[in-house]
Amino acid sequence: MDAMQIASAIFLILVLAFLFPRAKHMFLNSPKAESGDWSSALLPLIAVVGFVVILIWLVSQ
Amino acid sequence: MNNYNPTITSTSAVSINKVLRNTYMLLSLTLLFSAVTATASMLLQVSHVVSLVCSFGALGLIWFVLPRTAHSAAGIGIVFAITGLLGFGLGPILNHYLALSNGSQLIATSLGGTGIIFMALSGYVLTTKRDFSFMGGFLMVGLIIAVLAMVANLFLQIPALSLALSSAIILIMSGLILFDTSRIVNGGETNYVTATVSLYLSLYNIFVSLLHLLGIFGGDE
Repeated sequence: MDAMQIASAIFLILVLAFLFPRAKHMFLNSPKAESGDWSSALLPLIAVVGFVVILIWLVSQ
Repeated sequence: MNNYNPTITSTSAVSINKVLRNTYMLLSLTLLFSAVTATASMLLQVSHVVSLVCSFGALGLIWFVLPRTAHSAAGIGIVFAITGLLGFGLGPILNHYLALSNGSQLIATSLGGTGIIFMALSGYVLTTKRDFSFMGGFLMVGLIIAVLAMVANLFLQIPALSLALSSAIILIMSGLILFDTSRIVNGGETNYVTATVSLYLSLYNIFVSLLHLLGIFGGDE
């Protein structure tokens, strides 16, 4: 284990400390999804997955 | 009873368009500035230690300085400082990939891919005007789990986990682009300085994770 690994771990732990209160607030205060909300969000995310797969296929040719 | 008030509706639409326009303008400028600092960092051949110091600096600015300056003109300077530092920190990663025989192709593909993902997701939200604020809690929990796994993988060094994490980060950041853009479009975000930083961080993470994925599958090492 070198100093860079430890420094990177400290950085990520600080990122967690930064994110945690915001995540808690968002988790408690986010509006609940209505019917159809998740499908409208999943559609573009699935398209992103497909696009990334195409990019991987292109560079691996 | 009809509560429709055309004056209020048109005023808020103008205000939302102004936030959106300012966000995209500032985002474009900060991306250009990042490209300049990344090029400088590549030419100077800075080490990974400098890159990490830049990341610490950017995190410090986002955590402690941005919330105090986001509502003033100084906030714009802070956004440039954050994006400049993050761009400068990219130098060692880009030099690593440029050392591969197809490195420039990988970087160009990642850059183009990130741009297409951003434009497609933004276009989707701007066209549908759907409210994705319900995703906030889910995305943040996902992000925390991903960062925890990253800490573990720093020591475990499992290649499959690294691959899974890059894929997860691309998905989470794509979700955050939907979330942030819908907040602007639906009036939930009225500060273009914080909106720019959020979108910039999503783009930055998508670019780095995509580069990592493409490097694994297409790098000629």
